[in-house]
Amino acid sequence: MSIALIIPSAVGGVLIGIVAGSIRTFGGSFVRTLADAYAAVFRGTPLVVQLFILYFGLPNIGIYLSPYLAAVIGFTLCSGAYQSEYVRGALLSIKSGQYLGAQALGFTTFQAICWIIVPQAVRRAIHGCGNEIIYLIKYSSLAFIVTCIELTGEGKTIATEYFRFTEVFTIIGLYYLGLVTLAMLILKNIEQRLYVPGFGHN
Amino acid sequence: MTENIPILRVNNISKSFGSNTILDSVSVALAKGEIKVLIGPSGGGKSTLLQCINCLVVPDSGEIELENEHIHFSRKQDLYRLRQQVGMIFQDFNLFDHLTALDNITIALRKVKRMNKKEAMQRARLELEQVGLGDKETLYPAQLSGGQKQRLAIARALAMDPKILLLDEPTSALDPTLIGEVIAVIKGLAVKGMTMIMATHQISLIYNLADEILFMENGRIVEQGPPAALLSAGNKSKSQGFCDRLNELSEVEG
Repeated sequence: MSIALIIPSAVGGVLIGIVAGSIRTFGGSFVRTLADAYAAVFRGTPLVVQLFILYFGLPNIGIYLSPYLAAVIGFTLCSGAYQSEYVRGALLSIKSGQYLGAQALGFTTFQAICWIIVPQAVRRAIHGCGNEIIYLIKYSSLAFIVTCIELTGEGKTIATEYFRFTEVFTIIGLYYLGLVTLAMLILKNIEQRLYVPGFGHN
Repeated sequence: MTENIPILRVNNISKSFGSNTILDSVSVALAKGEIKVLIGPSGGGKSTLLQCINCLVVPDSGEIELENEHIHFSRKQDLYRLRQQVGMIFQDFNLFDHLTALDNITIALRKVKRMNKKEAMQRARLELEQVGLGDKETLYPAQLSGGQKQRLAIARALAMDPKILLLDEPTSALDPTLIGEVIAVIKGLAVKGMTMIMATHQISLIYNLADEILFMENGRIVEQGPPAALLSAGNKSKSQGFCDRLNELSEVEG
C-alpha cells in the first residue's frame, strides 16, 4: 500500500513541479501568479491540514474521494509545490546565453524552453528533486489519518493489539530505510543515465 | 564581387536602455557576398547593432528589410523567420551544453526546420566535416577546446543555410594559439561568398576580408569606407588610428 501511494505521488509531483516551476519562471503574469499562489498555499500549510480538507472537507461541496485517492492527490499536490521550487531554482541557474543561442537559430520561446532550458535544468534539479522524493516516502505515513491504511497505520494496529511498540516500530523504521535506500539507488541510476560532461560535479 | 542589390537593409535603427542611448539612428545595407567589419571602442554599440539585426534585441525604432521583406517587430512569426535566415556567432559560443556536437546542430534542423532525424544527421555531419570536426561528433561542449567550440558554433549556424552571418567578436574569447583555426574557417566562408557582418578586433580579418569598414562610436557609425581608403598610409582617419593601435598591440604580443 505504501508503494502504491508513493510511486504515483512521486511521479505526479515531479511532473507538476516541472510544469509549475517553468510557469513560475517563464509564464505570463497571470499564469505565473496562479502558480505562485499554488506553491505558496501548499508549501505554507501543513500537509495534515491539506489531507483533512481533501478527505473530510470536500464532501461538504459534494466531492467524495476514497481514502487512497485523497492521500495520493494530497501528496502529489504538496510534493509538486516543493518540486516546483527546486525546478525554478535550476531554471534560473541556466545561463542566458543558452536561450540566446536557441533564439538566434529561430527557436520559438516555447521550443527553446522545452528543448534547451528544461533538459539542462532537470540535470541541475535532480538532487533537490530526489531529496523531495525521499521526504515524500516518509510523509506517506500521514495517509493513515485519512483512514488509508499503509505501513505505519498497519503497524499501529498491530502494535496496539499486541502492545509491542518497540519491536513493531523498529521494523517499520527498517522498512522505510529499505524504501529510501531503494529510491536512492534508482535516483543514482537516473543521475548516471542523464550524466553529461560539464554538468554536476566537475 | 558585390552586386548592388542589398539583401539586408537596416534603416535608422535606434535602441536605448533607460536613458542610455546605445544605438542612435544607424543604417547599414548589405549586398550579397559582401563583408562588412565593425570596429571601434567597446561600448560603441557594435554588439547591440548585431543583436538588433536579428532582433535578439528588438530596436525601438527604425526598419529592417531582408530580401525586400519588411520585418514587423511586433509580429513574433516575423522575428522567428528572420532569425532562421540570419545566422549568429557569439563571442562566448552559446553552444547547448547538454547536447553532443552532432546534436547541437541537429536539434535546430529538427525542431526549427522540421527535418527528419536521418536528413538532419547527414547535414550535421557534412557541416562538422567542413569545419574540421568530423571526428568530434560524440563529444559535449565541455570536452572541446575554445577554438573547436567556436568552429562548432559556426557549423551549427551554417547548417541552417543562413543568407547572412553575423559574427560578434568570434575570436575574442579564445586563447591566442586557437584563434588561427577559427580565422581559417571564417576566411573559408568568405571565399565561398558568404555574406557577413562582423565585429572584430582581429587585424588580419579586418585587412584581408573587409569590403567595407564601419567605425562605430557612441552608438553611431562615424566612419565608413573600404579598407584601402580608410587605412591607407598617412590617412588621419579614426579607423587608421584604431588599427594602428591594434597593430602595435599584436606586435607587443609577438
